[in-house]
Amino acid sequence: MINKESRKGTILEINGPIVTIRLPGVHNGEQVRIGSLGLYGEVIALEGDKAIVQIYESTEMVRPGEPVEGLGHPLSVELGPGLIGGIFDGVQRPLEEMFLKAGDQIPRGLSPEPLDREKLWRFVPTENLEPNMPIIGGARIGTVQETETVEHRIMVPPDIEGELIELAPEGDYNLEETIGQVRDRHGHIHHLKLFHRWPVRKPRPYQSRDNGIDPLITGQRILDTFFPLLKGSKCAVPGPFGAGKTVVQHQVARWANADIVIYVGCGERGNELVDVLDSFPKLKDPYTGRPLMDRTLLIANTSNMPVVAREASIYVGITIAEYYRDQGFDVVMLADSTSRWAEALREVSGRLGQMPVEEGYPAYLASRLAAFYERAGRVETMDCGKGSVTLIGAVSPPGGDFSEPVTSHTKEIIQTFWALSKELADARHYPAIDWVDSFSADVGTAAEWWHENIDRGWEKRRGQALAMLARDAELSRIVNLVGPEALSSAQRWVLEGATLIKEGVLQQSALDPVDTFSSPEKQFMLLDLILTVYDEGAALIELGVPVQELSEMPVLARLRRCKELYDSSQIDQLKAFREEALQDFKAIHSEYAQRGEQTA
Amino acid sequence: MSAKEYRTASAARGGLLTVSNVPNIAFGDRVRVRDQKGNTRNGQVILSSDEEVLIQIFEGTDDLDMENTWVRFLDEPVEIALSPEILGRVFSGLGEPRDFRPPIVSSLRRSINAAPFNPAARTYPKEFIQTGVSTIDGLNSLVRGQKLPIFSASGLPHNRLAAQIVRQAKLPDDDSRFSVVFAAMGVSYADARFFQEEFASSGVLGNVVMFVNMADDPPVERLTLPRMALTAAEYLAFDLDRHVLVVMTDMTHYAEALREVATAKGDVPARKGYPGYLYSDLAEIYERSGRIKDRHGSITLVPVLSMPSDDITHPIPDLTGYITEGQIVLSRELHNQGIYPPVHISPSLSRLMKDGIGKDFTREDHPHVSNQLYALYARALETRNLASIIGADELSARDRRYLEFADAFEERFVRQGEDEDRSIEETLNLAWNLLSTFPPQALTRVTETEMAKYHRQSGE
Ligand SMILES: Nc1ncnc2c1ncn2[C@@H]1O[C@H](COP(=O)(O)OP(=O)(O)OP(=O)(O)O)[C@@H](O)[C@H]1O
Ligand SMILES: [Mg+2]
Repeated sequence: MINKESRKGTILEINGPIVTIRLPGVHNGEQVRIGSLGLYGEVIALEGDKAIVQIYESTEMVRPGEPVEGLGHPLSVELGPGLIGGIFDGVQRPLEEMFLKAGDQIPRGLSPEPLDREKLWRFVPTENLEPNMPIIGGARIGTVQETETVEHRIMVPPDIEGELIELAPEGDYNLEETIGQVRDRHGHIHHLKLFHRWPVRKPRPYQSRDNGIDPLITGQRILDTFFPLLKGSKCAVPGPFGAGKTVVQHQVARWANADIVIYVGCGERGNELVDVLDSFPKLKDPYTGRPLMDRTLLIANTSNMPVVAREASIYVGITIAEYYRDQGFDVVMLADSTSRWAEALREVSGRLGQMPVEEGYPAYLASRLAAFYERAGRVETMDCGKGSVTLIGAVSPPGGDFSEPVTSHTKEIIQTFWALSKELADARHYPAIDWVDSFSADVGTAAEWWHENIDRGWEKRRGQALAMLARDAELSRIVNLVGPEALSSAQRWVLEGATLIKEGVLQQSALDPVDTFSSPEKQFMLLDLILTVYDEGAALIELGVPVQELSEMPVLARLRRCKELYDSSQIDQLKAFREEALQDFKAIHSEYAQRGEQTA
Repeated sequence: MSAKEYRTASAARGGLLTVSNVPNIAFGDRVRVRDQKGNTRNGQVILSSDEEVLIQIFEGTDDLDMENTWVRFLDEPVEIALSPEILGRVFSGLGEPRDFRPPIVSSLRRSINAAPFNPAARTYPKEFIQTGVSTIDGLNSLVRGQKLPIFSASGLPHNRLAAQIVRQAKLPDDDSRFSVVFAAMGVSYADARFFQEEFASSGVLGNVVMFVNMADDPPVERLTLPRMALTAAEYLAFDLDRHVLVVMTDMTHYAEALREVATAKGDVPARKGYPGYLYSDLAEIYERSGRIKDRHGSITLVPVLSMPSDDITHPIPDLTGYITEGQIVLSRELHNQGIYPPVHISPSLSRLMKDGIGKDFTREDHPHVSNQLYALYARALETRNLASIIGADELSARDRRYLEFADAFEERFVRQGEDEDRSIEETLNLAWNLLSTFPPQALTRVTETEMAKYHRQSGE
C-alpha cells in the first residue's frame, strides 16, 4: 500500500496555502514536502504535468523554484499504543513533544514521529495462535496495557492477510521491533509491529454493520432522558456562539460511558483544549474510578493554526476512532466544530477557483459531510467482535441561523439533534438545549434499555414531561396576550409544573460539583418525583385548593434544589425526601377533604 | 535586501499590482514601489510564480503609471523592530513613527505574522482582574489572558468604557508591571485624541504603545496594524514579563478593510461580501492573547467593535463571538435611558469567569450570586414585557416585585459613575441588597449557607 520511493520536483506558484508544483509521477492524494523548510502538504488535484498541493503550514517566504519531494503515500496516521492521553495537531504531530523541542510556538517543517519509538510496552500474545495458522487483517494477536484503563489490542493491519509464521513471546518491545510475521498469498513476508499506518481518508474495513442498541449515557438529563443518543449513532449540536456547544461536548467527554473518547478541537480556542488537558487528569472516570485522561485523546487544530490542517484533523480523529472500534471498544468522537472544517473546504475550493453553490461552499459539501458521518456506526469487527464509533459534531451556524448550508445538510444525516438556543442561554437556562427543536430518532430503542435497567415507566414519564412543556408554551402565549387572569387554576398549576420540570430536571449546571453528572437512576427519580408532585397538586386543585397556596409550599423550593442536594449515590436520601414531600401534599389533602365533608 | 528594481509592472487594479517575469520571489515578501512622482509605496506579495507576481499595495494603486513604476523586493516579511523603547511611542500600521520621533533602532526584528502558539504551551487563564465596573466584575468577570470584546454600535460610549477599564483594571493585591498596547484602526481624530488624553491624565502614557491608523489613512494599513500591535504585545509580555492589556478599536474598520482587499483580489465572498476566511483571519489576531507556561507576562485582549445597524448577527460581531471568550454587549436602550455603562446583561458573557472567581479568588458566593442575578433579571424582563401588554396594574404582587427589581437592578447595579471604581466586595454587597428584596425561597441559585450569611431577611 505504501510506496516508499520518493521523487523530486519544483515549486511553480504559491497562492497562500495552495501551491502548484511540477513533480513527475505524483499521485492525487500523495503527501509531499515542499521548499527548503520541508513544509507538509497533500496533492489535491492534477492538471497536466502540474499538481496542486494544499499545505498544512504557513507558506510565508516560500519561493517558486524551491525543491519538492513526493513521499509516495497518502496522508496517514500511526496507530498503536501511546495514542491515549496525548495531544496531537491536525496531521497527528505530537504537540507536547513539539513544545518541549521547539518552544511556545509551532515551528514550520518540524515532524516528530507521532508515537514514541523508544518506550517499551509489555506485549502479551494471544493464546492459541500457532505458527502456520491462517490469519486475517484485523485479527487480534496480542495485547498491551496502554493506560490503566485501556487494554490495547494489537491487530494484524487490515490490509494484510495470510499465514502467521511467527509470533513473539510475552515481553517488552518498542514500536519498531517485530512482534510477528505473516506470509501473504504471494509469498511476501510482512513484519508486524506494535503499530501500523493507515490512510486517513479511507474508512477502515469491518465485517458488517449492526444496529445500535444501547444508549450512550452522558449523565446529562436533557440528553439521556429527553433526546437519547445510541452508541454508534450520529449526532449534531448546533447553536450560536456562547450557547454551550463546547460545554455539552466537554460534559459528554467527561461523563459518557464510553471506553475511548477522542476530542477534536477543529478551528476552536486553544484555551478550551488546555481546559481539558488541565482538568481531565484530575477528574475520575465515573465508571472505572481512574483518571479521565486515561481514556481520552485530543486532536487540536485551533483557530489560529493553518486552515488546511483543519480539514485533515477531522479525518485523523475518525481514523483513530475506527482503530479503537476495531479493537472492540465503544468510542465517542467529538468534533468541535464541523463548521470550521466545512469552512476549510470552502477556503481551498475558493482558491482553486471552483464554482461556489451556496454561501461560497462548493457543491460537494453535502456529500463530504455525509461520507464523514457515515464513518460512525456500530459494527461487527473483522475478528467478529463488536465495536462502535459514536460521532457528535458541533455546528456553528453564522448568525445562529439553522437554515444555513452546514446545519441544514448535517440535519439530514444525523439521528440525534441537540439544538442550542440563544434565548435559553441568555436566560442562563443551561444546558440551553431547546426541547422543541431538538429530536432523537432512537427514543424507542433507548426506551427498551431504560425499561429493562431503570424503570418501566420511563417512556411514559418522558412523554408526560414533554407534553407539559408544550402546554406551558401554549398557555404562556395566552398569558402574554391577555394576562394571567385569563387562566384557570388548573392551567396555572400547569405553568408551575413546567417551571419545576425546567428548573428541577432540565437545567443542569456543568459547574456544580454534585449536579454535573446525574446517573440514570437519579435522572428518572427526579423526573418521576416532579411529575408526581404535579399530579398531587392537580388533584388538590380539583378539591378547591388555591394555586397560590400550593406554589408557596416550602417543599417546592427544596424540590428545585434536589438535583444539587443529592448526588447519584444518594438515591435513598432522595427517596426519603420524596416521602416527605408527598406527606406535605397529603396533609393539605386531608385538610381540604375534611372541609369538603363538613360543608357537604 | 535586494537593490534591484524591476520595471516590469504590467497591470494595476484595486490595490493590486501585477509584475511580470521576476523569478524566485518569496510569497509574503515585502515590496517597495517607487511611482512616477518618486513617492514610495509599500506592498506585500500575495501570489508568486516565475511568470507573474501579484502585490498588494498598502497605499493603493491609484494613478500608478506602468511605464514609470519601479518595484523592489526587500526579501523579508513585514517586520517590527522591538526594544523597551517602544513604550511611550506612537506608530503607524506599518510600524513607522507617528510621533515625530526617530524610528526604533534595534537588532531585534520580528515578523508580524507570528507562528501560532502551541496549545500545549498555554496555561489556563485564572486570575481575576478587577475593573471596578459591577456589570463586568460581578456578572462577566475578566481574567488575565482572556480575550473579551466590547460589542458596541455607533453613538454608544464604548470608548469611555474601554478607557475606564484601562484606568481601573488591577489585580487585587498585585503591583506587577503593567503595560497597555493600544491599536486604533480607522478612528476619528477626536477618538484618537480622547485616548491620548486619557492615557496622559491617568499617568500611564509612559507604559503605553500606540498604533494608530486614522479614518483618512490608507485602509490597507489596517490589516497590518493589529499584527504590529500584537507582536509588540508579545514582546512586552513574553520577553519583558509584563502584563499587557491590549485595546483594539474598531475591529469593524479592520474587517471592512479586509473585505475591500478580498474583493479586489476576487476572493469568493461568504456572507455580506466578507471573504470566507474572515473567521480564520480574526482568529489569527484574537488567539494571540493568553498565558504561556513558565512565562510571567500575559496578554489580555479587549477588542472594541461596532455592530453595523446594531445587528449582533452581522458577520463581524458574529465571527468575533465565535472566537473570543465571551463578549460585553452595549445596549442602545439603556443608553437612551441615560444609564452608563449601558451594558446589556442578557447577551453578555464571560466564559473564563468560572475558573477565576469564587472562594480563593473573589468571594465564595460570587458564582451563585451572578447566576441568581441573571435568572432574576431574565424573569424580570419577561415581566416587564408582560406589563407593557396588559398594564402593570394587572400584575400579581409576585410579578410586581420582579418589575421593581428590573428597575432597581438597572439603576443601582448597572449604572455607575465613570470615575466610580467599585471593589468586588462592593459589587457583591450591592447584589445582595437587590437579592434581599426577594424572600429566600424565591432564590434557588444561591445556597442556603450563602443565604444565611448575606441575605438581609434570613440573616440575623
Ligand atoms: N451546562 C452548563 N452549565 C453551566 N454553564 C454553562 C453550561 N452550558 C454553557 N454554559 C456557559 O455558557 C458558556 C458558553 O458555552 P460554550 O463555550 O460551550 O459555548 P459554545 O456554544 O461552544 O460557543 P462557541 O460557538 O463560541 O464556541 C460557558 O462558558 C458557560 O459559562
Ligand atoms: Mg465552543
